[in-house]
Formats: sequence, structure tokens, C-alpha cells
Amino acid sequence: MQTRRLEKGGRVDRTQPLNFSFDGKTYQGFAGDTLASALLANGVNLVGRSFKLHRPRGIVSAGAEEPNGIMQIGRAGHAQPNARATQVALFDGLEAQSTKGWPSVNFDIAAANNIFSRLLGAGFYYKTFMYPRFLWRFYEGFIRAAAGFGKAPDQLDPDRYEHRNAHCDILIAGAGPAGLMSALVAARSGARVIIADEQNEFGGSLLSTDQLIEGTPAQIWLQAVVKELNASADVRLLTRSTVFGYHDHNFVTIAERCTDHLNPANRKGVRERLWRVRAKQVVLAQGAFERPLVFCNNDRPGIMLASAVSSYINRFAVAPGERAVVFTNNDSAYQTALDLNREGIKVVAIVDSRATGAGELREQVAKVDIPVLTGHIVTDVKGSRRIRAVKLASWDGQPESRAIVTRTLECNLLAMSGGWSPAVHLHSQAGGSIRWDDCCQGFVPDESRQGNVSVGAGRGLLSLPDCLSDGLAGGLQVVERCGLVAAKVEIPQLPETPQSTLQPLWRVPAEKDPDRCPKQFIDFQNDTAVADIRLAVREGFESVEHVKRYTALGFGTEQGKLGNINGMAVLAECLQLPIAEVGTTTFRPAYTPTSFAVGAGEAVMDLYEPVRTTAIHDWHEQAGIPFETVGQWLRPWYFPKKTEDLDAAVARECLATRAGVGIMDASTLGKIDVHGADAAEFLNRIYTHNVDTMKIGRCAYGIMLGEDGMVKDDGVMARLAEDHYYLTTTTGGAAAVLAWLELWLQTEWPDLKVHLTSLTDQFSTIAVAGPDSRQVLEKVGCSIDLARSHFPFMTVKDAVLGGIDVQLFRVSFSGELAYEVNVDSRYALAMWNKIMTAGQAFNITPYGTETMHVLRAEKGFVIVGQDTDGSVTPVDLKLNWMLSRDKDFIGKRSLSRSVMVGSQRKQLVGLLSCDGRSVLSEGSQLLDDVSAPSPVPMVGHVTSSYYSANLGQPIALGLLINGHARLGDRVFARASSGPDVAVEVTSSVFYDPKGARQNV
Amino acid sequence: MLLIECPWCGDRAETEFSCGGEADIRRPALPQTLSDEAWADYLFMRKNTRGWHRELWNHSQGCRQWFVVERNTLTYEIAGSSKFTTSSEPETEGVDSSAD
Repeated sequence: MQTRRLEKGGRVDRTQPLNFSFDGKTYQGFAGDTLASALLANGVNLVGRSFKLHRPRGIVSAGAEEPNGIMQIGRAGHAQPNARATQVALFDGLEAQSTKGWPSVNFDIAAANNIFSRLLGAGFYYKTFMYPRFLWRFYEGFIRAAAGFGKAPDQLDPDRYEHRNAHCDILIAGAGPAGLMSALVAARSGARVIIADEQNEFGGSLLSTDQLIEGTPAQIWLQAVVKELNASADVRLLTRSTVFGYHDHNFVTIAERCTDHLNPANRKGVRERLWRVRAKQVVLAQGAFERPLVFCNNDRPGIMLASAVSSYINRFAVAPGERAVVFTNNDSAYQTALDLNREGIKVVAIVDSRATGAGELREQVAKVDIPVLTGHIVTDVKGSRRIRAVKLASWDGQPESRAIVTRTLECNLLAMSGGWSPAVHLHSQAGGSIRWDDCCQGFVPDESRQGNVSVGAGRGLLSLPDCLSDGLAGGLQVVERCGLVAAKVEIPQLPETPQSTLQPLWRVPAEKDPDRCPKQFIDFQNDTAVADIRLAVREGFESVEHVKRYTALGFGTEQGKLGNINGMAVLAECLQLPIAEVGTTTFRPAYTPTSFAVGAGEAVMDLYEPVRTTAIHDWHEQAGIPFETVGQWLRPWYFPKKTEDLDAAVARECLATRAGVGIMDASTLGKIDVHGADAAEFLNRIYTHNVDTMKIGRCAYGIMLGEDGMVKDDGVMARLAEDHYYLTTTTGGAAAVLAWLELWLQTEWPDLKVHLTSLTDQFSTIAVAGPDSRQVLEKVGCSIDLARSHFPFMTVKDAVLGGIDVQLFRVSFSGELAYEVNVDSRYALAMWNKIMTAGQAFNITPYGTETMHVLRAEKGFVIVGQDTDGSVTPVDLKLNWMLSRDKDFIGKRSLSRSVMVGSQRKQLVGLLSCDGRSVLSEGSQLLDDVSAPSPVPMVGHVTSSYYSANLGQPIALGLLINGHARLGDRVFARASSGPDVAVEVTSSVFYDPKGARQNV
Repeated sequence: MLLIECPWCGDRAETEFSCGGEADIRRPALPQTLSDEAWADYLFMRKNTRGWHRELWNHSQGCRQWFVVERNTLTYEIAGSSKFTTSSEPETEGVDSSAD
């Protein structure tokens, strides 16, 4: 039974009843309800427990600032933890669960915390769980179990999310009266407009008011405005869309909840959409948050913000109580008293802290005989799961006064208003400054740093006429800034209601002193009370940022929307400073909690990262082989036969290549074409060797250094013509090397006539290696003589191979007679198939990256990025012979820096296990003395380690301090687990040191 | 996300670019004649400016051109972009030098 539903009025559809459940019990609400309004309509009072003290809590607000009604919505993959009941649209079949309280919210064992609350003051966790240190592991489990709201879904999210980019002239955040006026003038002036509001319909405060605009209910005016905006071609209206982030250069992010208001069974399409908007101008019309009043036990269920009470009555047709008291320090709550009275709810009294009471509204309440107690305060309440009565005291306006209770009023609803805090979040996120405004007693936007303007309640203008005219003024301003001609818009007429000023009342006097009285809560969700802030100050905290972290003020899911200003004011009182000098904590995105899923958008699972595949990938895929990810490339790892594992397959591939012939897809190599009159001069400055004297058709192994002298990249490069070179880079380094070459060319040497072109994707490379490789290519049918006399080692020639144009490189990364076939990627698969077919007679063996690594390690060839790490010079690699003495090159000067010479550098060496069978772990540390006391001095580390089937023993490469002078020494390799292994330091070339096999 | 003007392609989102750090660092003409200290100064020392800063950007996901952006490291405002020319001096067009 919806016992607290009003018979008429509101924006709910009584013809559409919706069934939902809360903590397993079934209830009914109406279309148009939020979960909070539906629970209140059913008389459900107690919806949660507080974070630390587990005190019973009820709904306080009707919006984003809700601290207590934190719900787990739905189940399985659709589950949503941490949803604010005030922002969850009701749908049929909705399942909600409270997120705190065990075994239930009604009976919570941990509520015993409350009894000991005096022991659980600010910094309790910091102070208590420090000692003894060895118990931390125990404490941690306990604290983690107690922390947090809700449970993360334990299944994959089945829903779809997407990102969408958009541009507009004017983005408007918030579609209340001010935002709508801005939108109206922007739309009529021909601007491209996006207007977003977090609620299910536009209107903001207009949805909850009974005020008239131009003589008719505000909702009629609202309807007309929304209709006009909808009909404007260049206006995009986004409901259920929270502008949650304001980033650099007017880049604004909006989370649109497309289907969360529907039963999961009826959801179609995208669940949430992230709008990434670049706006020329932004209008910030976020409105303001009503502040609670800080009195003893102000967290009891039945105590609500006055504006929320009006909202539940006027918008949702729910009476949140039967006997109400209104407690206020300003005029706005008088309207709540009128709303309550109009619906026949008894208003026992308006308790106004001000001696004078309200302005014109006071006359209106007098007309309907609502008693007003001016100069009074509510100092405490009775009741725990629902208030039963309030205790009143008179007040002289002095913050230090002690309250003397004079009367007790019975009631089950207390509507409170401590004034309004403008929502300056987005303005601050955008880098704008804020200032304290004495008139509204809150922080308001001051200087903007980006192209935006704040309007309406968001800058402290709280009355409806002010909001309408300010929205129009702000709209005109941004229209002009966009260079458009402003259209004419009339401000709708409505009567002014003269108001009395607000009286600052940050801490309501209690019967006892503020450190001993019942808790006066500031941050409901985190149980931060006045006494905690006072304790923090006594313990020496002064900065608002430190006090926040010590007391957890504003730490919760609502990020201090409700309590922060009260907290800062209490801090200011303790520090005896004006609030303006205490300042605020930093506002950061997101404005309200935003799901991880909408942040990820489409970029999950297969779409998480782009995947690059070679032109021959289909063949590998059909072979059903495992792939290794290198950068974004998928490369064949090894080619197992039947039941072979990695080791068996790699051993077979290695032996077959050295004994016969192997074939590898090397297409992922970076390829750069260098063309132009100054190509030789340019590359001479880049590479360490003499490039300009290379003969046409010659290849060379080249290394590039950073200007710091460290090896940056390596690869074979070739001179194709007088003014034409071709470079290869490592697979991972291709893009970075190209950008780096362009940097030198464009910034340092723009006078050089050189063009750089990436050919990585355009050409594919097939490596054919092994003593039989020449015969295989001859069998494919080659247009050139492949004999050594015509086509010697380290040369390149154009050829036609099997009827396909190729560039043939006589180079070797395996140390065998080998060729690299460079072919237009469109013909790469055909080329591969031709070579495989011709190779059948020679038992040609495809191999992957693992065998490539073993074969090159046997030869002592380094892999940049594996055997080097950005701190390794060519001298460390014993590549001194590659350093030209005849010219300067990038990094040359660094090699003679004093720190680069001497015996303390780590140098590349070979490492052989003394037992002849232990394969070292890559990354093992090298030690001279295993028995040295901890910390054991480390003299190097293992960079590459494999079992070499060709040599019948494990081999490894490593970097060892002064390694070149230590050949024959014995050191020890220590991994994170397993026994230490004694290893002999050797030359880094294990196989065919003279290079006889490749030069045939 | 910054909105960066590529002098060739126009205004584009920051994700299309990569930053190359402080601009106007010239490679010494004769490195071998420099002291270790002078060379280390060129290699490692940067101004780490608080405020207006001339820095290199590369339109790495676009036209691949390097150019200079004048950006405020405090506010992230961008005053303008300029090309490198064959005279190896960046053009000053579009950059308000009085903003320093």
C-alpha cells in the first residue's frame, strides 16, 4: 500500500503502477517515481546505515546530494552498486538492496559501534591500526570487509556502452529555469546547442514548484519552452545526462544513461553513452544544493531537506510525514510549510533562528495559521529509527550560546534548511576561481578561466525571477561570444517575493558543549560530526585539505555536496578565521559517480586495443599456431606439430633451420624509405657508421644512438641508389624512429632535402634461412643469379621471384646463408605459398619469434629493448667497430663523457650454466658472492636465456659490470625463486664466431 | 583534453599529437669541442617553466609534422602554433610574444 501517496497532483502516472522490491520485499510505485519517492510513498523510512557508526538512516534529499539512500540495483552482470535512490528511475521489476547493515538495515549488529562512538573519533583508523605492526594483515581484512557500499558485479557486464564525439557552439549544463532561458536565446539566435540535464525530464526546480509564471503554473511555461527547443533543428536535448567533467579547452564530458530506467529485459541498444563535447561556450546552470542544519542527532530518519520535502509533495505526490516541523535560517523553507499545509499535512510550527522571521512569506503562512517561532532553534530530536519529537530552545544569535530546552514538539517529519550552496563544481573543474558571497553565505563562481558563464542559483541567485533573467543574460553573453546576433527573448513575468536575509547558523547550539553533546553530523555518509572537526583542529590540523582527509569530510559518494560548506564553517569557527580564508577543497571530475563501463565505452574485450596482423596472417591462423603480441602486432610464436610443446617445437625448428632451411614471416619489421639529394648526408648524421661511402646495392647493419649515447634502435639498412636508402627498424620501434628522424629533419636540419616514407605496411618480408635457402629460391624461380659471386652477403638486388617483383636482401639474422624477400604486401601470401611449395622438397620449416630469438642469441646478436634498456652504449655491446671516427653522429659526444668510460659500466657477455643444463630465468640478478650479507651486491643481470638445441646446452646473454674483462670468471645467477645457478662468463657469440656459415 | 592547432591541419584534439618537450634547444654545431658540462647542459637541463612555455609537438596521428606550440604550463592555455621553416628558425606568426 502506498500509504503516503497523495490522492492527486504530482508528475507521477497513477495509471501505470510499477512493482519493485527493496531488500526482498515487494512494493508498488508509479511511473515517474524515483526509487526514493516510491519507497517514501510506501512509508519505508529506514533505507541504510551509516558508514562508520551504522546509525539508522533515511532519505534526506531528492537529488544528486543524497548521502544515505545508496542502493545496489539489479543483479548479475547488470548490477549497479552505489546508486543513489533519489536518482534511480523506477521501473517494473526493479530490484534494490540496501548496501549497509548486517544482517539487515533494520537490525544491524555493527550498530554497537554507535555506543562506542566517542572512541571512534577523527583519525580512529590511523591511530588504532598502526600498532602492533605485525597485526596489520589481520586489521586489513577487517577494514576492507567493513569498507565501501555495495558489491561490484561478479559477472561480465552484458550491456553495450559507447563514446560519441560532438561539437557545438553552446553547451548548457542544467535545464532548470536559468539553463532553459539560456537555451531559448541561444536556439533563437541560431547557435548549435546541446543542453543536458541529469533528470528524466527538463525543468529542474520548476518540476517541484507551485509558483506561477505569467499567471499559469510554471510547468505550463516549461512545457512550451521544451517544445520550442525540441522543434529547433540545431538543438540537442539530453535528458538523464550528467555533465560530469569539465576539462581543458572547453572539452566537456557527459554521461547519458539511455536505458537504466528500463527493466533489463526491455533494454535495447546502448545502455550508457559518453558524450565528448568540444563546445565554443558553456553555460553552467547547475543550480544549488540546500544545506542541512547541524544540530544534535540531525541524521535521524524523518529529518529531510525542506526543498526535498517540497519536491516529494509537489513532484511525486508523496507526503513524507504526517506531523511536520520546519526548521530554517532563511525564507525558502516557508514555502515547504505552505506546500505541506496545502496537502493537509499538519505543520506544528516553523522554527526560525532569525529574530525577525521571513519576509513576505511570513504573511502567507500567517494566513493559513501556521505558527512561527522566531529566534528559536531545534537543538536535538527524540527517536532513533524515526523522529518522534524535536526539542526547542530560544536563541540569542550568539554561536557560543548554550541551548536551554524550553519545549518539545511532537512530529515525525522535520524539514530543515540551512541555506543554499551554489554548485560551483564544473566552474571549478574548469579552473575558475570562487569567492565567498555574504549574501547567500556560500561560495560562488568568481573569475572564469575558460569560455563559460555561470547563471542562476549556481551563482547564488535563488529566486525564480532572478534565475530567469540571469539565464537570459548569460545566454546573450555566450551568443555574442560565439559571434552570433542575439535574438529577442522576453523575460516571463512573475511577481517578486521580497525576502529577508539568511542568518548564518553553522552549528546549532546544544545543551552540552559541542565536544560532549550528542553527535551533530556534518557529513552523514562518513559520520563526520562537529566534534571530529574540532578534534582535528586540536590535534593540529589547519588546512582544509588535511582536515578533510583526517575526518573523511566529503569523502563519500556525494563528495561533500551536502555537508562541505557546513564543515568548512565549523573549521573556520575553530580556527577563528573567516570562511573565505579557510577555503574549499578541490573540485575534481566526476561530478557524480560515473560507471567504469561508460568510461571504457566500446574499448573492451576484442576492441580493447587495435590488433595488427601481417599479410600472411591467414596462413598462420590456418596452421592453428599460438601468437605472440609484439607491440600491437600478432606474430607467430612457434609452429608446433601435433603434440609438441614450446620447447620441443623450438628445438626442432632451430635444428631444421641450421641443417636445412627455415622460413619466417618478418613483415612486422619497421621499414622506412629515405629519398632525396641529401639522404646520404642525413643518414650519416644519424647512424654511427659511414653511410655516405656505402656502395649502391650494399647493405649494412646500422645502429642509431640517442643524443645521450645510448643505443636507440638497430636494423639492416641498404643503399638503393645515390639518393635513395632503405632502413629497417625493430618491430616496436618503427613509429618512434620515424617520428625521431622527422624531428631532426624538420627542426634541426630543415635545409636537408630528404623525404621519409613509412613502408612497414606496404611491404612484407619473408626470411628464408639455412644452408638450403639458395636452392629453395632457385626452385621458386629467380630472375637473378643467386650464387655468391653475383649476389654476395650484405647486398640487395631487385629480382623477379616466382613471377613476382621482389627486393631481395642477402642478409641474415640467424647466422646462416639467408635471404629476406621484400614483397608488395598484396602479393605476400602468394609469395609465401610459392616458397613453401618449392621448399617442400627441402623439408622447409616455418618458424616463429621464439626460434628467431634462439638463433640470434646463439650468434650473440642483441635485440634492442631486450638486451638493451636505454642505458647501454655500443661500447657496452662491443660494437666499437661500428663507430665512425671520420664524422660526427647523434650521440657521439656522449660516448666520451667521463661517466661513460671506465670499468663500472655493465657490458654484454655470454653466460653458460656450469652444470650444462640449467636454463637461467631472464631477469635473474648476477652476484659475485652468494653468501654476502643482505643487501647482496648485484653486479649484473640476465637479459636473454634459452636452451640451444644446436649447441646441446642452455645459453644466456647478460649485462655484467666490467664484463668484457671478466671472460672465464664464475658468477652466480639468482632469480626470485629457485636455487642460485653458477655460470661462466663467456663471449656473447656462441655459434660460428667467424661468420663462416652466413658468408657462403 | 587540449585543443591544439596544427599549422597544417588546423585545430585537432590532443590525442592526435605527441609532445616533444621544450622547444628552441639547438644542437651545438661542434659537439666534440664542448666540455662535459656544456654538453650535459644541452642534453639534460630543461627550464621546467611555470607559465608560458614554447614546446615541440608532433602531429603523430596526422600529418607527422613537428611544430612549436606556446602553452601555459599553469593554465594549459595555448597562445598559438608556429611552423619550422627552412631557415631553421621557427616562424613567430600566430604566437603573441608579448604573452611571455
